[in-house]
Amino acid sequence: MGLLDPPGFRRNRLGQVWLHLTDHERALLSGLLDQMAVLLAPPERVVPLDPLAELIGIDEAATRPEDPALARLFPDAYSDPEEADAFRRFTQADLRSGKLASLTLVATSLQHKMPTRLNEDEQRAWLGVLNDLRLTLGTRLEMSEDSEPDLADLAEDDPIRVQHLIYDWLTYHQDRLITAMSRGLR
Amino acid sequence: MVDVSIVPVEDVEVTTDTDVATPWVCIVWNDPVNLMSYVTYVFMTYFGFSRAKAEQFMLEVHRDGRSAVASGSRDQMERDVTAMHSYGLWATVSRET
Repeated sequence: MGLLDPPGFRRNRLGQVWLHLTDHERALLSGLLDQMAVLLAPPERVVPLDPLAELIGIDEAATRPEDPALARLFPDAYSDPEEADAFRRFTQADLRSGKLASLTLVATSLQHKMPTRLNEDEQRAWLGVLNDLRLTLGTRLEMSEDSEPDLADLAEDDPIRVQHLIYDWLTYHQDRLITAMSRGLR
Repeated sequence: MVDVSIVPVEDVEVTTDTDVATPWVCIVWNDPVNLMSYVTYVFMTYFGFSRAKAEQFMLEVHRDGRSAVASGSRDQMERDVTAMHSYGLWATVSRET
């Protein structure tokens, strides 16, 4: 992989997956990762968790998040709200720590000299994190399949316009990573 | 002498699902963010589907708004739904209708 290649993920002839990002892209992503870490941080508690329950991943206080983006990242597993909450108590803590672990892996590989080769764990972490970022941003922007966002009327530096551009940029990179990772499947 | 064994009783099948006729299903719901290529990738890697089968389920989700991608015991469906959530797909457990 040469420095003249376009930024992004790429699978070479040996089947290795490499990532090349510009300094500007790395700075942008790094900021997004920081925000994601804040969003995913476990809620502070008045009453501490039962240590044994915490050890085996049970969160007695888990309920459906009020923030729509968090509710999308931690969706209900049952249509019945009571059943969904009961299920959350056993699963949400693990789901959260898995997402945080992926964030850490991605943040670490982002510090490497570019281009950098990604092992399979790092590839999976990148795929998950890019998807979580798009889910979060897509929920904030109230994306829908029926309506294309009309950005023509928005000023160059309008925050909504900027967020749409970031969303499209994340989509571009995630799509290239899926292509790179899918070639090994078939 | 009473015949007592301290050895665990083997070969006892414990079945929690008594109503085998109506199994549980893992339903994946459509959403406007997840890429079609991503959903296909998840179905291939997690369920081990061929590309053709994975794309068929993905298109069903996209077209009908939902698709029952797996069926079986409640425990297994809860594991599948948890896995879908870890991939960021929106999935629920329910009784097959």
